[in-house]
Amino acid sequence: MSTPHSLPISAPYAHGANTVQKTMFTVLLALLPATAFNLYLFGWPAIFLFAVTIVACLAIEAGCLMLGGRRVKPVLADGSALLTGWLLAMTLPPWAPWWTGLLGAIFAIALAKHTFGGIGQNMFNPAMVARVALLVSFPVVMTAWVLPHPLLSNDAPGISQSVAITFGGKTPDSVSAASALGYVKTELSRGIPVSDSLKEFSRDSKMTHMPDMMDMAWGYKAGSLGETSAVLILLGGIFLMIRRVISWHIPVAVLGSLFAMGALFNAIDPARFAPGLFHVLSGASLLGAFFIATDYVTSPVSKKGQLIFGVGCGLLTWIIRNFAGYPEGMAFAVLLMNSLTPIIDQYTRPRAYGRTSKGQPLPLGRE
Amino acid sequence: MKLFPIRGGIHPEYRKELSSEKAIVALPMPAELFIPLQQHIGAPAEAMVREGDLVKKGQMIARSQGVVSAPQHAPTSGRVKAVAQIAAPHPSGLPQPTIIIEPDGKDEWGELPAPITDPFAASREEISERVALSGIVGMGGATFPSAVKLNLGIQHKLEILLINGAECEPYLTCDDRVMREYADEVVDGARIMAHALGAPKVVIGIEDNKPQAIAAMNKAAAAHANVEVAAVPVQYPMGAERQLAQAITGRETPVRKLTAEIGVVVHNAATARAVHHAVRFGRPLISRVVTVSGKAVREPKNIEAPIGAMVSDLIAFCGGLSTTPWRLVNGGPMMGAPLPSLETPVVKGTSGILALTVEETNDQPASPCIRCGACVTICPCGLVPVEMSAFIRKDHLDVAAKLGVQDCFSCGSCSWVCPSHIPLVQYFNYAKGMLSAQAREASKNERVKTLAEARNIRLEKAAEAKRAMLAAKKAQATSQSENKASA
Repeated sequence: MSTPHSLPISAPYAHGANTVQKTMFTVLLALLPATAFNLYLFGWPAIFLFAVTIVACLAIEAGCLMLGGRRVKPVLADGSALLTGWLLAMTLPPWAPWWTGLLGAIFAIALAKHTFGGIGQNMFNPAMVARVALLVSFPVVMTAWVLPHPLLSNDAPGISQSVAITFGGKTPDSVSAASALGYVKTELSRGIPVSDSLKEFSRDSKMTHMPDMMDMAWGYKAGSLGETSAVLILLGGIFLMIRRVISWHIPVAVLGSLFAMGALFNAIDPARFAPGLFHVLSGASLLGAFFIATDYVTSPVSKKGQLIFGVGCGLLTWIIRNFAGYPEGMAFAVLLMNSLTPIIDQYTRPRAYGRTSKGQPLPLGRE
Repeated sequence: MKLFPIRGGIHPEYRKELSSEKAIVALPMPAELFIPLQQHIGAPAEAMVREGDLVKKGQMIARSQGVVSAPQHAPTSGRVKAVAQIAAPHPSGLPQPTIIIEPDGKDEWGELPAPITDPFAASREEISERVALSGIVGMGGATFPSAVKLNLGIQHKLEILLINGAECEPYLTCDDRVMREYADEVVDGARIMAHALGAPKVVIGIEDNKPQAIAAMNKAAAAHANVEVAAVPVQYPMGAERQLAQAITGRETPVRKLTAEIGVVVHNAATARAVHHAVRFGRPLISRVVTVSGKAVREPKNIEAPIGAMVSDLIAFCGGLSTTPWRLVNGGPMMGAPLPSLETPVVKGTSGILALTVEETNDQPASPCIRCGACVTICPCGLVPVEMSAFIRKDHLDVAAKLGVQDCFSCGSCSWVCPSHIPLVQYFNYAKGMLSAQAREASKNERVKTLAEARNIRLEKAAEAKRAMLAAKKAQATSQSENKASA
């Protein structure tokens, strides 16, 4: 190895052990339990779709890097494309056809990431851009939820049937189900109060395909891979905080504001608005709070900015869920707040040492 | 003692155990000593000796020039071999005027100024003059002439003399060893300085990863009611003077002002010991304790080395290098400077010589920023390194200046923490250099403009006067001719 000891590069000549790669793989590790459990719940079709999405993301990342004349290997190894693919796969309906994964990968990596300049340069969260683009373009496919069919269980599709589901577009109609948020929204549009439709989410309910709150928390319900297992996603999020990959600011702000809005309006009008805990446990709330909104590139850098950003995500999610056409609003909320990140950054810079918050030197004279 | 929090900071691997248990040992006198005329901030000293002159230990060989300057003294007795240009311990490796002394091996003291028998009865001037005469500069690495700082008591009402024993840089243990082995000397020097400053109280700030130094200093301070030891938390850059002053007093120094504005003057522990020697014995600053460490050094040591000893002499005394170092550093790894070669001398500001392997430096090529915000969280100055570096990359130095790049003191925390290994401090040093060059250029242009305007006004006035004179002459001539005509 050559010696650069005479190169006049400024100190420090010591460096912390953290790298981009370590950060990305820690996030993947945090996602692993929820992912594994959900792949088990939704069986082979989910596994196929998961694999297609990730492979497509890596291939498109490599292609974009080559087109841009950049080195492929070190960038692929940083794990960012893998993470994007992983997160995208977690937001798709588990039995969606293979091309949703491929198309999503093109939206995420080529459009949302590389047209902006690659890692670190994108304005919007790539996985969320892909999810929203797919949802808007293919609303039927993207809302075709199924109930869990755990691997090795009697009603789980076999390999060949699974190949037909993922690659042949042959989803059996009989297994489709509504996600909890979707169900409540549809019922409300039919004039059934939220408080009544929520009663379906209990053990005594006659509608056996609706999960109770315990099932919802563990993930035994219809939804995307990342939406279902609240407990495992929460564990992953706590792991990330312990490893200091993320701080508490964004997740607490997102979930806190979502819960507060839910609880407040539920208290005012329970027939119209679902309670706070229902909002926190359903849909992509937890995945969004811990894994999507905390994306470094597209969220503010200061803690104060992160709190504002998180509260914005929570409020917008609640507003979209209750007043917009879509039952789930996390993806839209995050993208909207992504667009505000530069301006939040600009107004939440820390106070510099020895200066007032306006940037003037501190006045002389002691307190 | 109540302590106050400081903003940000990091916890690097300290690796002080490489040398912290090694007692200070004296370097055998090298065959030649190289004493640069500039070892301090300010004007270089002026040589008072010529080739062939015989010098005694402690004899002044270069006098200070101006108020902010410091003299140099012979570290041992011997003959002046030459006054020549040799490579300075500076990243540029450029030569600078240096006095080369061949020791005679007798190590004979010359005539020294008389000890100040009761420094606490002496005037501030007497002590600061002695400190100036003894060539004492800030030994933490800043090398600002200490006597100038001792005069701060004239204009400021000081409350605390803060002795900086934090030694927050990884590897360095020289101050730790000085405080353990010469605690009484440090405390005495500190008390003398506090007397000169008119500061009623001395606080010695030591990071609490140095329990033996804290114990030793506590013991030495016990006899003096106005001397207190504060164990400050281990949090790099605790040893930066504004940060340490804030940890002790809770007060923040306004930007571009001295800590004296908040009633605190900070001196390094080794500087206090040098003051003790100068005042009590008349001995000038001719040696210092240097930590030689790093995993490329066979036997790391704390060495009391004469000023002017070659780095190669110190390395050889440590058993040499075990492998080719990836980096040679003058000072600590966080804020030190790259050492251009082993053939540069130890100077008054040399706290450490580090020979680091690549495993220790963990150098890696930089990759794009992922905006993780770690640099914003840890910046002790409350700056936004992520934004500043982005603007500097695009050469928008004016925006970087607005974001406060000139408030950065290059502590290196942001570069250390960056997962993308971006050399942020390199960007900031570049920007600071360019901005100050631009400011110099602007003030030069301003001066040229003012002078040109003044000249125009002067010329205009002269022309005016000339016109007036001509007009007057003409008028006279006309009136004369009229007179003639009328005559």
